[in-house]
Amino acid sequence: DGSDDNEEGSEVENEETAKGTDKGRKRATPRTRRAHARGRDRHGDEDDDDDEFGTRRAGHRRHRSRRRGRAAGNEASDSDMEPEKARKNHANQKSKEDDEEEEDEKGGKSGKGKNEKKGDKKADKKGKKEKANKKKKDKKKSGSGSDSESEEEPITEEELAKLKEEVEEKKKLIATLRNKPWKMKKKLSVLKEAQLFVEKFEGALGKGKGKKFYAYKVMMTKKWMKFQRDFENFKTACIPWEMKIKEIESHFGSSVASYFIFLRWMYGINMILFGLTFGLVMVPEALMGKPYGSLPRKTVPRAEEATAMNFATLWDFSGFAQYSVLFYGYYNNQRTIGWLKFRMPLSYFLVGVGSIGYSFMIVTRTMAKNANDDGGGDDTSFNFSWKMFTSWDYLIGNPETADNKFASITTSFKEAIVEEQESRKEENIHLTRFLRVLANFLALCTLAGSGYLIFFVVRRSQQFALEGLENYGWWERNEVNTVMSLLGMFCPTLFDVISSLENYHPRIALRWQLGRIFALFLGNLYTFIIALMDEINLKARYFLFFSLEEEKIVKYNMTIWEASLYNGTIPENSTAPPIQVDPADVPRGPCWETMVGQEFVRLTVSDMMTTYITILIGDFLRAVFVRFFNYCWCWDLEYGFPSYSEFDISGNVLGLIFNQGMIWMGSFYAPCLPAINVFRLHTSMYLQCWAVMCCNVPQERVFKASRSNNFYMAMLLFILFLSTLPAVYTIVSIPPSFDCGPFSGKTRMFEVISETLEHDFPSWFGKVFGYASNPGLILPFILLMVLSIYYLNATSKSYKEANLELKKKLQ
Amino acid sequence: GAMGGSASLIPRDLLGEYQELTFLSKQEILLAYKRFSELLPKEERENAYSTRVPKSQILTLPELRANPFQHRICHVFSTSETRDDSMSFEDFLDMLSVFSDSATSDIKSHYAFRIFDFDDDGTLDRKDLEQLVNCLTGQGEESRLSSAEMEQLIQNILEESDIDKDGTINLSEFQHVVSRSPDFASSFKIVL
Repeated sequence: DGSDDNEEGSEVENEETAKGTDKGRKRATPRTRRAHARGRDRHGDEDDDDDEFGTRRAGHRRHRSRRRGRAAGNEASDSDMEPEKARKNHANQKSKEDDEEEEDEKGGKSGKGKNEKKGDKKADKKGKKEKANKKKKDKKKSGSGSDSESEEEPITEEELAKLKEEVEEKKKLIATLRNKPWKMKKKLSVLKEAQLFVEKFEGALGKGKGKKFYAYKVMMTKKWMKFQRDFENFKTACIPWEMKIKEIESHFGSSVASYFIFLRWMYGINMILFGLTFGLVMVPEALMGKPYGSLPRKTVPRAEEATAMNFATLWDFSGFAQYSVLFYGYYNNQRTIGWLKFRMPLSYFLVGVGSIGYSFMIVTRTMAKNANDDGGGDDTSFNFSWKMFTSWDYLIGNPETADNKFASITTSFKEAIVEEQESRKEENIHLTRFLRVLANFLALCTLAGSGYLIFFVVRRSQQFALEGLENYGWWERNEVNTVMSLLGMFCPTLFDVISSLENYHPRIALRWQLGRIFALFLGNLYTFIIALMDEINLKARYFLFFSLEEEKIVKYNMTIWEASLYNGTIPENSTAPPIQVDPADVPRGPCWETMVGQEFVRLTVSDMMTTYITILIGDFLRAVFVRFFNYCWCWDLEYGFPSYSEFDISGNVLGLIFNQGMIWMGSFYAPCLPAINVFRLHTSMYLQCWAVMCCNVPQERVFKASRSNNFYMAMLLFILFLSTLPAVYTIVSIPPSFDCGPFSGKTRMFEVISETLEHDFPSWFGKVFGYASNPGLILPFILLMVLSIYYLNATSKSYKEANLELKKKLQ
Repeated sequence: GAMGGSASLIPRDLLGEYQELTFLSKQEILLAYKRFSELLPKEERENAYSTRVPKSQILTLPELRANPFQHRICHVFSTSETRDDSMSFEDFLDMLSVFSDSATSDIKSHYAFRIFDFDDDGTLDRKDLEQLVNCLTGQGEESRLSSAEMEQLIQNILEESDIDKDGTINLSEFQHVVSRSPDFASSFKIVL
């Protein structure tokens, strides 16, 4: 019946246009009569309309309040106002209903009175729900289109604003349609209506000033939205490994898959870091810098030349690998290189700083995003309900996994019931406390032991280096890396055993376990750094003290040696053409940065090998053994002792995090590290996906990964912060080696910035920078930041409290 | 290849509208179309857009095969007039949209409620909860809970979630409980 009313309405409109504002004639039109014949209420209303204005209003009021309880308030007030205001109220009402009463407004402004608007309104209300409306609307569209064009009446600002409001509401409706729990048919019809409304109206909204501009703006917005949507689709298509991860999800559930999603995310970050270091540091030097062999720092020394190409040397990252763009030492300290005048030292410095900055930004951003999802926090008040409603993982598609999941859910129900009953029982508090203290003590001992072991081993390796590595076998050469990797492998298992003493709830036990492993890796890494740094500092102090002398000595040696080539005479002036000396023969100064870079690269590579070998032996061989030897073994291998391994999520995630920490630490000294890491992550993904599908079984106790997500991110952020400290320390307080690297010859590495400011920027820029770095300006700025942090903290606390209050009220 | 073929069978403006109305991207919609048409016998594939697929076929999808709520899911999303739980392509899209990664927790919890409401009466009463528990503990006899345990469990659940203490859980109580769970959105997910 809405359609009929619309039809009638449009007809009415047309009639009015044709015959002026004589409402009385409406009834005379054949269509109206036809509509009358169908005996609808509305026509009763329309009849009333033909009465005097006042009575008409009363009639409308009566009918409208009867028919539209919802808008009762508005309607009552409507009839009491003048037509102008009534129109506006209509507008308000219409904004709650989805149809094109815009036409009515437009028609209305030509002074047609409330009459047909009311009729249309009633029509429109029903019309919203019906698809057939569309046809009528088309008719109306054409009708009102001709209307609005023929009557160019000025619209008031208010009406314009109201119309804009309605269009915005319609647009909002379109945007939130997918959120409504309706069937697709209904959504489609509502969408079509709303879209027609917006389209039709928007075209005419820009009446008066700026119409063209408005239309242009609208078109650009539409194009922009389409572009955004296409871009989103493109981005989704670009995401690698979707099918692999989906397969894992369906077999193992979402918690194992979350590790692989994390791995993929890290891969993305490393790709960006790789892009920075490769594109802005390695490639320019390789293309535009002086080639290999032109400078002493770029050439393998004569003494090492014989073994420079051996695989063993290359695997160890010395020989040709050391004297290449892969390491710090190769880079020349020329301020600009090549015809592009590329500022190499500046670029090196900025890429180092930029990588760290980018990593901070992206980790913090991901943390903030996760924090939004993590609303509930540590709420245990809905324990059972959550187990009931949220424990099934809908991603599981494999019947075996489903069976496992059923079993684990049943166990968790039974455990929770028992736990709840026992929670009131008196426990032997003292024994538990004693055991927990004992467990923590043992864990601390383990940590201390592992830290000391690493320190000891690093010192030993320095000694070996002093005495010459050729005298020692493979073990001595790779002692440090192997020891660190082995510690990383065995200590977590030890922690696991220790934690069985503690008798915690599994989730809390997991947190303790993660915390201890974290402390282990951190302790190991830092002990390693400290041991290295000790050496470097020693050397640095030595250099600082002797550097000038050493420089002089080395340079003197060089002149003596040149002189020997001149047959005994030391040339007084250098007007004579310099004799071509083979750079390989020139005596070299020490280069601690390259050494540090090499250590990190070796550590990464050995870590990678250890992981792969562990997977192959620990998972694959074990699975093969269990599968094939089960037939001829005394007990059931599959259920008994070795059985198939489970995928250790937390161990793997932590390994990934610490590996990334090493990359962040070392990439300043070895630009090749991000490249190696990209390769490592890429192969890791394939290897681990295969290993998981082939050798692992789904876990018996399933821990939801979601809560731990932000924990891992927080650890990543912490590691990032700690990793940048050594690099920052060396940049700021240790002088760079005088004979290698892009900063050679400077007292401090950051001087490259001031040098750039001097040479490449206009002088006033340097002055401004000088003022800006004045402590007088920086201290107030820091104060301001501290104050704003305090303020934000205070407001967030107050929001949390308000939140809690509301929660309590709901309960 | 296949993508191109299926793309031509959904008119472009309709594809755009589906993108507006669901949480799925264009590739996901096309993939859904492909998988949907594979459920039909060869002769009917051309017309996949307007055919209904019987429930037995839908349940052969690997994503639903192992799901204990498979029948409820088909029932809730089906718009079949004959009440035979058959699904059209639009129903299928609706289902995938609700279960997709980008769907809001609101709409997920709304549909989860309807899925758990076994007797379709608009509330979760004891019977519904009992059936829910039985679904979750699997089909084997040894894995079911004893009646004492079941009583205890349902008692605990009603204590936690039934705010107005009327012995049943209605939609708003359900949404209140479930929206606080950090695991809900990530577990209530099906991806083709």
